[in-house]
Amino acid sequence: MSESIVVENVQKEFKIRFHRTIKQMSVAAARGQELSQTFNALEDVSFAVEQGESIGLMGLNGSGKSTLLKLINGIMRPDQGKVLTRGRISGLIATGAGFHPQLSGRENIFLNAAVLGMSDAETRRKFDDIVEFADVGRHLDSAVGHYSSGMFSRLGFSVAIHVDCDIFLADEVLAVGDKPFKRKCLERMQEIRKSGRTLFYVSHAAGSVRKMCDRVLVLEKGRLTYDGPVGPGIKHLKYDDAKGSGSQTDEEQSDDELGNDI
Amino acid sequence: MSTEPEGETRVVDAPLASPAATTGLFEVFRRRYLLRLLVRREISARYQGSFLGLFWSYLQPASRLAMYYFVIAVILDRNIENFAIHLFAGLVMVHFFTESFGAGTRSIVQNKAIVKKMAIPREMFPVASMLVSAYHVIPGMVLLSGFCVASGWRPDPMGLLAGLLGFVLVAVLGTALAVLFSAANVFFRDFSNVVQTLTQFTTFSVPMIYPYSMVDDRFGGHTTLYLLNPMADAVLLFQRAFWVGTTKNPEETISEDLPHHLFTWGIGQLAAALVLLVIAQYVFSKLENRIPERL
Ligand SMILES: Nc1ncnc2c1ncn2[C@@H]1O[C@H](COP(=O)(O)OP(=O)(O)OP(=O)(O)O)[C@@H](O)[C@H]1O
Ligand SMILES: [Mg+2]
Repeated sequence: MSESIVVENVQKEFKIRFHRTIKQMSVAAARGQELSQTFNALEDVSFAVEQGESIGLMGLNGSGKSTLLKLINGIMRPDQGKVLTRGRISGLIATGAGFHPQLSGRENIFLNAAVLGMSDAETRRKFDDIVEFADVGRHLDSAVGHYSSGMFSRLGFSVAIHVDCDIFLADEVLAVGDKPFKRKCLERMQEIRKSGRTLFYVSHAAGSVRKMCDRVLVLEKGRLTYDGPVGPGIKHLKYDDAKGSGSQTDEEQSDDELGNDI
Repeated sequence: MSTEPEGETRVVDAPLASPAATTGLFEVFRRRYLLRLLVRREISARYQGSFLGLFWSYLQPASRLAMYYFVIAVILDRNIENFAIHLFAGLVMVHFFTESFGAGTRSIVQNKAIVKKMAIPREMFPVASMLVSAYHVIPGMVLLSGFCVASGWRPDPMGLLAGLLGFVLVAVLGTALAVLFSAANVFFRDFSNVVQTLTQFTTFSVPMIYPYSMVDDRFGGHTTLYLLNPMADAVLLFQRAFWVGTTKNPEETISEDLPHHLFTWGIGQLAAALVLLVIAQYVFSKLENRIPERL
């Protein structure tokens, strides 16, 4: 086994600015009000993930999940501590990055794939699979700006899922896909998991985390408060306190939960 | 890169490393496939859905030329030999510069969808803007060469060298300023307005609608300050390349209408632009860490 993601004592600081223009700022300064405030979106977070593990990252809104994903993806750098990863990263956080509304689906596939680090040859090799998975039919050669929002995200999703990566990050993004497509995506993510890639999955849906992950991390106000097996992790979040931990109800629930999230 | 046995652990033979993209201009050229696609995206998106398509890129410089020509040569009745070429050589360079600088400054904010989602070297965007502007120099050059040939142009090797030097100077200068201001523009969007205002001065600060000899007369030969403006040198170099060869007596034109030591000026300015590029890169890498969260 080898480590795939190492996060050590990571802290990420954000500044909240209360005023935007020079006029507002000078008024506030004259009144002796604060101009900005810093706070830690992540504080002293440490964990390590082995290659092939499937991690569910949970927590309330604003607890720092997306921020942590951005650090792992390398978009942001930690203010303290360090983040290390092994291999190529892709995932459902960069879906549709680089899409230009005036260009066709075909052109956008190449562009988005290049943004995700694919070469020309690699994209050509996978092009048919990508098109088939996205299933946008005869709209492939029309401008992406005229796609329905579901079609738009399917195209982005399809490219992201075909990147030959070692670490796959998924933040909740598929709110607009229809049910058959969501099911297809979840199947695909199971495949990714089975192929031995590290999966990092952010979700509020206990059901799908239970299906998909073998370890749960819980963030509370930027601190890591739980790191361990799935069942107790979900309990820690008190997501299913009303229904008890009967996995029966969870399984029944999961389909509906998939509706608001994957 | 990795083997993929079904159900087993995947073996990744890569080192454990920081995921943040290694940045810098060199990295941009290492990922030139992406750079090429970004440039192509800008170019084809600009003419997408337009009936005349790429024809516009000929129409625009031609109409700019016609407008200036009408005002300066017809209304103000300035008498410069082959004035249209004198003017157009300047217009092509000035437009290349203002486009690289202006579009480059806006480039990171405009591409925030990518910048916020993916770790790629962010210098990519100002560089792509410069290349898009460089691409749009081609139609201007085609028209310019056409006019020159029609006026009995005799190109000479030194002239072509001057043209190349002028072009490279503007490209480097435009990139340096675009890199610097694209990062600044993320923090205060005011910078794109500042740049717009600045670039308006370019037209008048270069010897294009007036001849260099007039500046020389007015300041009694003390033109050092005027020539410290890199754009003035770039325009003069371009005129050396195109306009000089169309005048009746090129030797005389060079000695009377161009500054002495034009090449020395050009090379000096190029060196200065390269230094500016290094500084821009340094400032950019200082600001860069905060870019994604401020977009
Ligand atoms: N660019 C930014 N500038 C300032 N504050 C930010 C920025 N990005 C995130 N934050 C703050 O950091 C905190 C964590 O945000 P984050 O997006 O990581 O939450 P999350 O756990 O993903 O929430 P959700 O479940 O709603 O997706 C929030 O309080 C948010 O306001
Ligand atoms: Mg989030």
